[in-house]
Amino acid sequence: MSVLRRLGLGGSLGLAVILTFALLAVAAPLLAPYPGQGMGDPNVTAKLTPPSAEFWLGTDHLGRDLLSRVIYGTRVSMSAGLMIVAVSLLVGLPVGLLAGYFGGWVDEALMRVTDVFLAFPALLLAVLMAAALGPGLLNSIVAVSVTWWPWYARMARAEVLVLRGQPYVEAARLMGVSHPRILIRHILPGAARPLLVQAALDFGPALLTASALSFLGLGVLPPTADWGKMVDEGRKFFPDRWWVSTAPGVAIFLLALAFSVLGDALRGREGGKRDDPS
Amino acid sequence: MDLARYILRRALLSAFVVMGVTFLVFVVAQVVPSDPAALYAGPRPNAEQIEKARVTLNLDAPLPERFARFAVSMATGDFGVSYKSRRLISQDLRVYLPATLELAVSSTLLALLIGIPAGVATAARQGSWGDRLGSLGSILAVAMPTFFFAMLLQMIFASWLGILPLSGRLSREISISDPLPFITGFNLIDAMLAGRPQVFVDALWHLILPALTLAAYPAGIAMRLTRSAMIDILSRRHITAARALGLPERRILYGHALRNAVGPALTMIGLSFAFALTGSVLVEIIFAWPGLGRYVSDSILSKDFPVIAAATLVVTVCYVLMNLVIDLTQAVVDPRVALK
Repeated sequence: MSVLRRLGLGGSLGLAVILTFALLAVAAPLLAPYPGQGMGDPNVTAKLTPPSAEFWLGTDHLGRDLLSRVIYGTRVSMSAGLMIVAVSLLVGLPVGLLAGYFGGWVDEALMRVTDVFLAFPALLLAVLMAAALGPGLLNSIVAVSVTWWPWYARMARAEVLVLRGQPYVEAARLMGVSHPRILIRHILPGAARPLLVQAALDFGPALLTASALSFLGLGVLPPTADWGKMVDEGRKFFPDRWWVSTAPGVAIFLLALAFSVLGDALRGREGGKRDDPS
Repeated sequence: MDLARYILRRALLSAFVVMGVTFLVFVVAQVVPSDPAALYAGPRPNAEQIEKARVTLNLDAPLPERFARFAVSMATGDFGVSYKSRRLISQDLRVYLPATLELAVSSTLLALLIGIPAGVATAARQGSWGDRLGSLGSILAVAMPTFFFAMLLQMIFASWLGILPLSGRLSREISISDPLPFITGFNLIDAMLAGRPQVFVDALWHLILPALTLAAYPAGIAMRLTRSAMIDILSRRHITAARALGLPERRILYGHALRNAVGPALTMIGLSFAFALTGSVLVEIIFAWPGLGRYVSDSILSKDFPVIAAATLVVTVCYVLMNLVIDLTQAVVDPRVALK
């Protein structure tokens, strides 16, 4: 497998972990030992039991099997990470394209707006947004995306500034090709590629931010399983009943780690060829 | 000349950003929520109370007027009253802001003290076991969710080993029976000013775990940045020349090479300060640290928007000023920055 060889050991392991979690998310009802509890059914006869043969990761304060909860929680975490990055791209990419392509006052106006959003410590703005919108998965995704898109806008702008001066773009202009057509047909493909790579690298951080919001009670509504929220629920019993917070905490850590390692492997391959700096 | 123009432009930009931030906070905190008057009027209000609150909060005025009033009161330090506690927010901030800044400054220092030497050391011995271990550490630190790391540290150092306090800013014997006078609000400084070394040690002891939690991520980033900057610099010709002259390796590393990595180091200060301010929301509730972060997180469920807005605004302005100072320092240290 040439892909795996190029990713190296770390990158391949990261990819394997991500694929495993993706499988868990898709096939949760088949793979969870107690699908009902995974979706939220209480099981009051087995409250806070430590890990055992019956409940591999123990149970929470409502007696629900933590393994099943963690497996179902994968769905929320994965989709939150994906959605945050996708929504941010959908906003940031056009803003960056327009700013970079037209320059002048358009550029100035759009970039100053971007500056304002970037001025906030990200999580604080997300908390304020999420509190205003109310809890819920969709709202928390919107809240994080509000802090996320400016980075893509900046990146896209920088890419466009390079592409705009390319001879083929100038040639298109001289031939009388319209602005929208040049932007979409000739600049977007070149500008989008590095952004897509960056977006893939941002999955881990996006996941961490989303789980932080849900830890603060601004994520999904109960009884849906979500890792950040589960860590918070277990805080009341920590550290005596350490497993309640540990199971979801380790899950967040593992998935974020896998994305980060895979990202490093991808980036390392790109940055491999560098000219002599002196 | 160029430097003066750069400073002016950068300062104007910061002023504009502060205005923009104020506007954004105003919109999110006052326009997006469905009915601030009902929240202000307290639990289960009747129509009359809501109407009264609407007048008090000036919600019927046109939006530009409301924003103007909001901006003026924020600028004059009048942050209004908390919906929940009915206390003046400005009074609460006076106590909570120093607590958070104390934590943020300590964790930033800690992150740099760990990250930069680790980056230099690993760059000097590329490919060694130490280098691999360091890289592994930085990867783990970056992927660790802050709130879970805080709990793990609590479990290990407070519950199991019992060598560090579980939570709080000071031991109860001090904070209740013999409290520090409020001078600056920074416990470490106040303890010194009051001439009480035991209190200083106690405050430092309580600071370690939360500061370490907040330092993990920026230390990991700082290590990576320093390492790659150092590797880049170590391959340049003046370093080869220094080696050829037979200068001691330590002097080459810390004297000649690291000096060129000062730019990235300044950027890292901003980065880890921002991370500490952001992370305080998560870390302060876990360590029962009476600062802005806990103030905010306690206000989320009660939808206490004036508190969240004021805290967000104050912290963001701190952050903008910090970045301004960093950029200006960078321009003075390395005049090439101003020319870009």
